[in-house]
Amino acid sequence: MADKDSSNAYWAANVRIIVISLAIWFVCSFGLGIILRPALSGISVGGADLGFWFAQNGSIYVFLILIFAYAAIMNRLDRQHGVEE
Amino acid sequence: MDQFTLNLLVVGATFALYIGIAIWSRAGSTSEFYAAGRGVPPVMNGMATAADWMSAASFISMAGIIALAPAGGYTQSAFLMGWTGGYVLLALLLAPYLRKFGKFTVPEFIGDRFYSGAARLVAVICLIVISVTYVIGQMRGVGVTFSRFLEVSTDTGLYIGAAIVFAYAVFGGMKGITYTQVAQYVVLIIAYTIPAIFISLNLTGNFLPQLGLIGSYAPSGGEVSMLAKLDQVVTELGFTAYTADTTNMFNMVLFTMSLMIGTAGLPHVIIRFFTVPKVADARSSAGWALVFIALLYTVAPAVGAMARLNLTTTFWPAATAGNALDGAALSLEDINGKPELSWINTWKDTGLLAFEDKNGDGRIQYFNDARLAPAAKKVADATKALVDARTAAGLAEASDLTAPEAVQVNGTEDANLKALQDALVAATAERGAITYGGKTIAELGWTANELTKVDNDIMVLANPEIAALPGWVVALVAAGGLAAALSTAAGLLLAISSAISHDLIKGSINPKISERGELLAARISMAFAIALATWLGLNPPGFAAQVVALAFGLAAATIFPALMMGIFSKRVTKEGAIVGMLVGLVFTAVYIFLYLGWFFIPGTAVYANTPANHFFGISPLSIGTVGAVLNFLAAYLVSAVTREPPQHVQDLVESIRIPRGAGAATHH
Repeated sequence: MADKDSSNAYWAANVRIIVISLAIWFVCSFGLGIILRPALSGISVGGADLGFWFAQNGSIYVFLILIFAYAAIMNRLDRQHGVEE
Repeated sequence: MDQFTLNLLVVGATFALYIGIAIWSRAGSTSEFYAAGRGVPPVMNGMATAADWMSAASFISMAGIIALAPAGGYTQSAFLMGWTGGYVLLALLLAPYLRKFGKFTVPEFIGDRFYSGAARLVAVICLIVISVTYVIGQMRGVGVTFSRFLEVSTDTGLYIGAAIVFAYAVFGGMKGITYTQVAQYVVLIIAYTIPAIFISLNLTGNFLPQLGLIGSYAPSGGEVSMLAKLDQVVTELGFTAYTADTTNMFNMVLFTMSLMIGTAGLPHVIIRFFTVPKVADARSSAGWALVFIALLYTVAPAVGAMARLNLTTTFWPAATAGNALDGAALSLEDINGKPELSWINTWKDTGLLAFEDKNGDGRIQYFNDARLAPAAKKVADATKALVDARTAAGLAEASDLTAPEAVQVNGTEDANLKALQDALVAATAERGAITYGGKTIAELGWTANELTKVDNDIMVLANPEIAALPGWVVALVAAGGLAAALSTAAGLLLAISSAISHDLIKGSINPKISERGELLAARISMAFAIALATWLGLNPPGFAAQVVALAFGLAAATIFPALMMGIFSKRVTKEGAIVGMLVGLVFTAVYIFLYLGWFFIPGTAVYANTPANHFFGISPLSIGTVGAVLNFLAAYLVSAVTREPPQHVQDLVESIRIPRGAGAATHH
């Protein structure tokens, strides 16, 4: 059934985008903000070190970009697969 | 006009606004009561979600917890990342699919997807436990705010707040709440950012607090960064550096994760995405909510760091220009005489701040005397050992335990007593060798920390006063704190009442209940929930933000895994979901109760809530992540051995994955 194949392809593409987005989400918060902070303490953002800045400010900006990018990419994907409302 | 009258005027005016909106948009039907009708546009919905979401915990408590964290402000970054990063999960993993599903409540989705009334019932129980815990945190915040601005005790403040929350949530319903929350968002964001901008300009010369956080410290000529200045001042007084790294990275990761997945599993937040017009709107609504949340959350760390710096330089005026200990500590004369320091005494009256001139020098020395504690205990133990041994030897009380005569029996030195005396002398020397800014406490003339209490929850409310900002800013912050607490409490009460009246009574007990009867049941259950939360709020198990963090742990361990598996797996069965949620709920709740008391009742804790007692160093605040993992594992294992879901359920999962064909949200 062509319809079924198309919706499976749409779902697979969606899951791939989600996985990539969540990888960025993880690296910018848990990675740069917590786990990698000691290793990156030499790099500074203004008067703070990189890890401190990502933990208290930077990660939040990344989250915002991620959500709007995901919304835009999915709107395009919806149209490509003809499943938009 | 004095500060008290000004507070009353500003808070009164904002309340009149909210109540006016609530009456104007009073809910008439059940659908309006639960879901604000349809077609709330994404930006508006985002603003209301932000107000709903940012509670007393975000507004009043969070910056204070960061500011005064004993292990340094960085270690509390979990709150900042956790309470924002969850929206990414919401937008990517839950919101669009739940919108496509098109019903009203979280238990409805779980009941349909897991084709079982029992699953729906378990979800209702989880939801009630989560929401009641969350409301306790709000009540604490309301109590603190009212106690300050009405100048009454925290308990009286709590009763007044409970009465107002009740009146306001019972009348409004979701429709009233949505429009009121937009107004509350505006009040709270203005109240939070205006003092932050003033303070950032004063301390760093930066208009934007986000830049102030990483800016340079202006009063000392701008040669050091604000954070470096803060580190210098607090370490001089014996505190851990503000930017010090965490000593328990594992726990910090788990705590952050628990807050993130808890955010995505909070019923009163999820409910917001059921009612946007389209699936695409559900994705961007989460983004808009985060935009409005980020306006506060990127300012909060600056507020925390600057409040700590201002607090310290208030008590050590010399710290502004150089080292704290270059000059004398703040004098009692100044505290009682200078009008710009009157906040110290007004906060003292609430019982949330306390000071005591222990060494009688007329000044209040604020420093970290916890550093002295281990040595002081050694001295006390050694003193007791020597006194006991002398008593056993039949000696009379000595005026000076360290004199040679004190260890003589009949004129000759006793070897045993002498050894004990040597130990006492050594311990005393060890205590005396601890220095602050290069000087021992004997040289400084200190006995102990004299700023004996600064409650975390007062930092944001007192911040404008500490920074000597105009009276109207102080009043505005009080109004903002109340807006934050009220908007969230109302949203939560609505989630509780809809769970009871819609999912429990209409869904299982009495499906034929009339619309009027359902609304009545909703309002009665709200009253019960608020009474319970008030009673528990009198003896809260922690600061507002910590209590709220427990609610997130519970949400993380129960609702989020069930929803995610329901969408991303066709194979998870009703048995799997039910067992998973129960395992997550029981495990997480029991772990929390072990440390904080059974059902948060004071005095019933099994273990003291200290890091040394925590299993693998995991604090009760972080345990939700482990609960979530157990939920997933249990659900997959049970699903593997039970019969796969029926075809219509698998079709349902297929259909929610595709945006096309989403109708408006329907009732049944």
